[in-house]
Amino acid sequence: MISVATGHRLLVALPFVLVALIWGWLAFERRLAALPPRAGFFRRNGWPVGIYLILAVALWLLGMVVLPQLFMVELSFRPKLPFNQLGGPRDVYTLENYRYFLFGSPTSTESWNTVHLRAFATTILSAIFIAGFNLLLCYPIAFYMAQGATGARLRLLLLLLIAPYWVNEILRAFAFRVIFASSGLLNTVLLGAGLIAAPIDFIGRDIALFSGLIYAYTLLMVFPLYNALDNVEAAQIEAARDLGAPWWHIHLFVVVPAAKAGIASGCTLVFMLATGALAAPLVLGGPSAMRFTPIVYDRFYQVFNWPQGAAYAFVLLVACLVVVVAGLRLLRLNLTDTAR
Amino acid sequence: MTAEVALEAMTVRFGPFTAVDDVSLTVAPGEFFSFLGPSGCGKTTLLRTISGFVEPTSGTLRIGGRDMRGIGPNRRPTALIFQSLALFPLMTVVENVAYGLRVRGHSRAARRARAEALLNVVALGDQGGKRIDQLSGGQKQRVAIARALAVEPEVLLLDEPLSALDLKLRQHMRNELRAIQRRVGITFIYITHDQGEALTMSDRIGVMRGGRLEQVGTGRALYDSPETAFVASFVGEANAMPGVVRDAADGYAVVETAFGSLQGRNPAGMKRGSQAVLFVRPERLLPLSTTPPCCPQNRVRARVADLAYEGQVTHVMCAAEGGRLLAVLGPRDGEPPAPGSDVSLAFTARDAVVLPPATQA
Repeated sequence: MISVATGHRLLVALPFVLVALIWGWLAFERRLAALPPRAGFFRRNGWPVGIYLILAVALWLLGMVVLPQLFMVELSFRPKLPFNQLGGPRDVYTLENYRYFLFGSPTSTESWNTVHLRAFATTILSAIFIAGFNLLLCYPIAFYMAQGATGARLRLLLLLLIAPYWVNEILRAFAFRVIFASSGLLNTVLLGAGLIAAPIDFIGRDIALFSGLIYAYTLLMVFPLYNALDNVEAAQIEAARDLGAPWWHIHLFVVVPAAKAGIASGCTLVFMLATGALAAPLVLGGPSAMRFTPIVYDRFYQVFNWPQGAAYAFVLLVACLVVVVAGLRLLRLNLTDTAR
Repeated sequence: MTAEVALEAMTVRFGPFTAVDDVSLTVAPGEFFSFLGPSGCGKTTLLRTISGFVEPTSGTLRIGGRDMRGIGPNRRPTALIFQSLALFPLMTVVENVAYGLRVRGHSRAARRARAEALLNVVALGDQGGKRIDQLSGGQKQRVAIARALAVEPEVLLLDEPLSALDLKLRQHMRNELRAIQRRVGITFIYITHDQGEALTMSDRIGVMRGGRLEQVGTGRALYDSPETAFVASFVGEANAMPGVVRDAADGYAVVETAFGSLQGRNPAGMKRGSQAVLFVRPERLLPLSTTPPCCPQNRVRARVADLAYEGQVTHVMCAAEGGRLLAVLGPRDGEPPAPGSDVSLAFTARDAVVLPPATQA
């Protein structure tokens, strides 16, 4: 078993080893593909700019993204200890935080931690649902923007889409609460119109939460879609129509395949953010609906068990990546396609 | 199956702009018909109206006798070949060709068989498995044709499909298109701004200008007997000599121009005193250093300004009193006169045509 001190040293070395490996691999691929050697990085950019670029990217990626994440991962494998015992004999690597996530106890494996596991599954599944629903909702909007709208109308539509984001996220969530509460706007209107006899519990049935989350991420879905659909040549759509295709056939077999990368990009963004949403579940979540992100939050700030919180966060991250990669495989895309 | 296309008083307006203005025309079944005109003359709008992407503001369109009003492009017996070709980049060649059959619910095997047969028609039999971006320009062209033919259209519409190709390939594809049209026997309606394409391929040509149909006829008729000044100057090269009609009789008119008093045919029946332009084709102008043996009434004195050797012919640029004139000498016309020498440009009255000046379109 490696000691915590060795672990720390490995941790700091790991990003650099990774960078070196990736760099070497890329160079190897270039040689395999027999690409001509490119002009040197510094020759193309000049020394001052070259050094700045490398330092800025390294500082940003390693210092602010990779290292903190790695420290969280490392932390997740350590027990929760009082401050004065850190680095002491009890500070060893352990799986107890992950054990707690699965079985609800740091030691026993008798019964499943149903509350947390269920919240975890709910969070992942509902994020998939939200991404899918958002896609259905945003595709027509993005298609109209890309292929139908002209000049002034496009600008108006963009403004209408962006304007809600001038309002703070928490405020937007509370606004949805005002609309969906049992004595809220929607129920009052429906009751007043005589459409329902008793108020509908939108919040208890999670309708408020789903609406809020779907609404929150429309823009993140619309823009990648718009970008992708804008690149579909209008003549191709006309050609398909001219060859006799009904509209659904054109979308399914001509437009969507061409916009696949944008669809994957939008879905990835929305899915990732929906799993990590914190404010909306807190404000709009029903009493019975437990989401995983607030649980992670509680590990850190209510239970003050940072190692456990780190383990929970890491589990969520891995699960998200698995879902995203599986989704991309399903669409026969790779990760770099989504960044196009 | 092939069909007649009949346009009756077809007008298409976009807001205040009239793109197609009162066009009436009947294209016979199996005919290769070209619309020829400069860009912005409304020919593409006309083609999009026939294919169903644009609804006419007024007038009727009949294909095979059937009124096409309210029938969408996906339900018309036409197929359109786009200027950009609009092939589906994510499908293979076979999948592209078979797309229209897939829409119609044909089985995979039937689709494949028909697509391969069509690829053989366009001489791409062995390229079926390739991706679109692996093909050359001419091959893409042929895929687009095969894809359009796969749905068995009664009328094939072509929107300047050769404009993206280089000169050699374009000339080759002209013959190819003509051959394919003869083989499949359906009506072709072809749009182009290239008079060479229109003249070589078409049975008949409609010259368009400012949304209107100026003249319809065979290539020879348009070239030899233009009915308007625009057709005379747009189809082929022509020397234009504006002036006033001094005398008109027996189908001929004498025009007083800056080049002198010249005589030509008068198909428009122009009256004495009206503004007119006399047109002479460059190959009908004979630059001679001696006194010409013919046509004493049509002689213009000029000095040779420049020679341009074009291989088959030599262009002789001449400076006359009234302006510049172009003569074209073929290999059988003898040695061209030397630059700087004085010549006499002569032509017969039969080779000149007097027409009213072009109105502003």
